[in-house]
Amino acid sequence: MTEAIIHTHAAADHFDAHHGPEKGFKRWLFTTNHKDIGTLYLLFSLVMLFIGGLMALVIRAELFEPGKVLIDPEFFNQMTTMHGLIMVFGVIMPAMAGLANWMIPLMIGAPDMALPRLNNWSFWLLPFAFCLLMSTLIMSGPAPDFGWTFYAPLSTTYGPKSTDFFIFSVHMMGASSIMAALNIVVTIFNMRAPGMTWGKLPLFVWSWLVTGFLLLAVMPVLAGCVTMMLMDRHFHTSFFNAAGGGDPLLFQHVFWFFGHPEVYILILPGFGIISEVVSTFSRKRLFGYKFMVAATVLIAFIGLIVWMHHMFTTGAPITAQLYFMYATMLVAIPTGIKIFNWLATLFKGSITFETPMLFALGFLVMFTIGGFSGVMLSLVPADYQYRDSYFVVAHFHYVLVSGSLFAIFAAIYYWLPKWTGRMYSERLGQIHFWLSVIGMNLAFLPMHFLGLAGMPRRIPDYPLQFTDFNQLCTIGAFIFGMAQLVFLYIILKECVSHTKPDVSNQVWEGAKGLEWTLPSPPPYHTFETAPIVP
Amino acid sequence: MNIQKANKRLTFMLVCGVIFMFGFCYMLVPLYELICKKEGINGKSARSVTTAAPGMKIDYSRTIKVDFITVLHHDIRFKFIPLHRRIDIHPGETKLVYFFAENQTGNEMTVQAIPSITPTDAARFLKKTECFCFTQQFFARGQKADMPVYFFIDPAISKDIKEVTLSYTLFDARGFEKKQAHFTKGRINL
Ligand SMILES: [Cu+2]
Repeated sequence: MTEAIIHTHAAADHFDAHHGPEKGFKRWLFTTNHKDIGTLYLLFSLVMLFIGGLMALVIRAELFEPGKVLIDPEFFNQMTTMHGLIMVFGVIMPAMAGLANWMIPLMIGAPDMALPRLNNWSFWLLPFAFCLLMSTLIMSGPAPDFGWTFYAPLSTTYGPKSTDFFIFSVHMMGASSIMAALNIVVTIFNMRAPGMTWGKLPLFVWSWLVTGFLLLAVMPVLAGCVTMMLMDRHFHTSFFNAAGGGDPLLFQHVFWFFGHPEVYILILPGFGIISEVVSTFSRKRLFGYKFMVAATVLIAFIGLIVWMHHMFTTGAPITAQLYFMYATMLVAIPTGIKIFNWLATLFKGSITFETPMLFALGFLVMFTIGGFSGVMLSLVPADYQYRDSYFVVAHFHYVLVSGSLFAIFAAIYYWLPKWTGRMYSERLGQIHFWLSVIGMNLAFLPMHFLGLAGMPRRIPDYPLQFTDFNQLCTIGAFIFGMAQLVFLYIILKECVSHTKPDVSNQVWEGAKGLEWTLPSPPPYHTFETAPIVP
Repeated sequence: MNIQKANKRLTFMLVCGVIFMFGFCYMLVPLYELICKKEGINGKSARSVTTAAPGMKIDYSRTIKVDFITVLHHDIRFKFIPLHRRIDIHPGETKLVYFFAENQTGNEMTVQAIPSITPTDAARFLKKTECFCFTQQFFARGQKADMPVYFFIDPAISKDIKEVTLSYTLFDARGFEKKQAHFTKGRINL
């Protein structure tokens, strides 16, 4: 997007009373502009999407047939670990942070983020963190191979040497997310234009506010968790080592105390995006605004007290299992409120099916499927059966791919014309959507049945009778991968294109909000005098 | 209040929150110990001394089977077996059983046994007045020993529980030695 933005800013210079961006590489390194940083976040996440995606394809290729197809089991474990870490921390979180950086100041009428220098730092930590993490792949010892959940003692007593690189890169990612969350929360509290009351705040901003608080609450716990690992590995403590008086089970408590809220960190901003998109393309106000906000807050609260549903088979007393089962099932209520509110917004709307809307509708259908398999997993007796099977893999890919990732796609198609001033090719967008939907369902739907039939996750081999379904999964995964090349083409074309901006301020007929009062593309500095909020 | 100042104040408060949560993560460690011990989760209560409540009656109407299992952690070269595989016990009655261990490593060893009790809902009712797992055990080269466990089952245990398994995993505790006498009370060195 680099060139396009430089170019379009040149075109937009007459909107700009102050200085424009610096030229060349320095602009990106030293920038404190929220739009630049948003762009950097999004580009970083795009690169990581393809790296993590490539790893997914290596995994699926290995699983195309029973026996060894391509890679050794050791490398398979490294691939599943890296794929998980990159997709969670390198793709979804930075993409959401990028969208927040770009859109929150525009939506609340602020000139920039509240802490612009911190903003620069929080982005630039990320590339280094991931270089550190991925450098383990070319080291002589194995890369981290204990799964993205890095359970002790696999990652402490038995972890490869590269685990220390992993620990430091998690520290850096954690610091980056904490700073981003800090910035976002302060911006939303203090930088709103006069008249932008809490009751008028767009839902994307609301959901990011809640996400920000969640990040601030649990990222320090993750940092503490990996610090304990580090101390166990090198400083002779035994937090997780039974020989020295610790307990490996404690690791799971600490990890999932972070890990469960983390899944809401990944999806809540997505809920905000879907709320914006569904209301725009239904040409209706969002149904039940207050309920949506309340549901978001409620999900975050419940999210903090249900972590043990990941540990039903670790020998917890039956009362604890029952409590965590019921508490987990409770999450379905606020989530259900959201789904029904979106449906009510669609009801009797004048709906059109542009690409952002297609992704939003895809989200509605498939995220709900992922939600239902989540409810199935929350049942203690059923969970004993589904635990660590492909059913779990199917579940979290339905909520993360067709949930979070589809929401990000929807957001990008929705706001891309605003960012660049040019309409993307609707035809290509539709092709991207349909290939993604087909690929995604072909890849992940059969996994439900594989899991129910007993295929365990994280194993590079399987019995003969699972071959057909695994081949379907692999074919689906490759279709999904190809589909993302279409996406890449659309984005690159937008970036290098030199045509004049061709969209109005409004861009979408039904769109409401402050960002649509600005020119497309918006000038480098916006809302230097606070807008009047209608 | 101007906006810069407001930003600084809020940032400061949030950073305090972040630091608190980092501390909270470490606070989870003793908190976990405490809750597990109190509630007898995960065999934690079986790792320290309990004394029988005065006036505890033996309930002769019920008999519970107790199985003993031993596990060697990783590749530690020890022989470690219970002298009784299984005993019958009435709730409230105290029994003594021995576990045999032999150091076959060819070195001096310090080991630590970690208990675990199933079913989970029986864990907090199996209580020990003395056990070789309360302390680390030192073994000279080639040394053999019988190590004692005095335990009873609290009569408050659910009537549904007919069988309890007490399992010990023996860990190599070298590098984690605690300051204590080399040989502990009740242990019979062979
Ligand atoms: Cu969870």
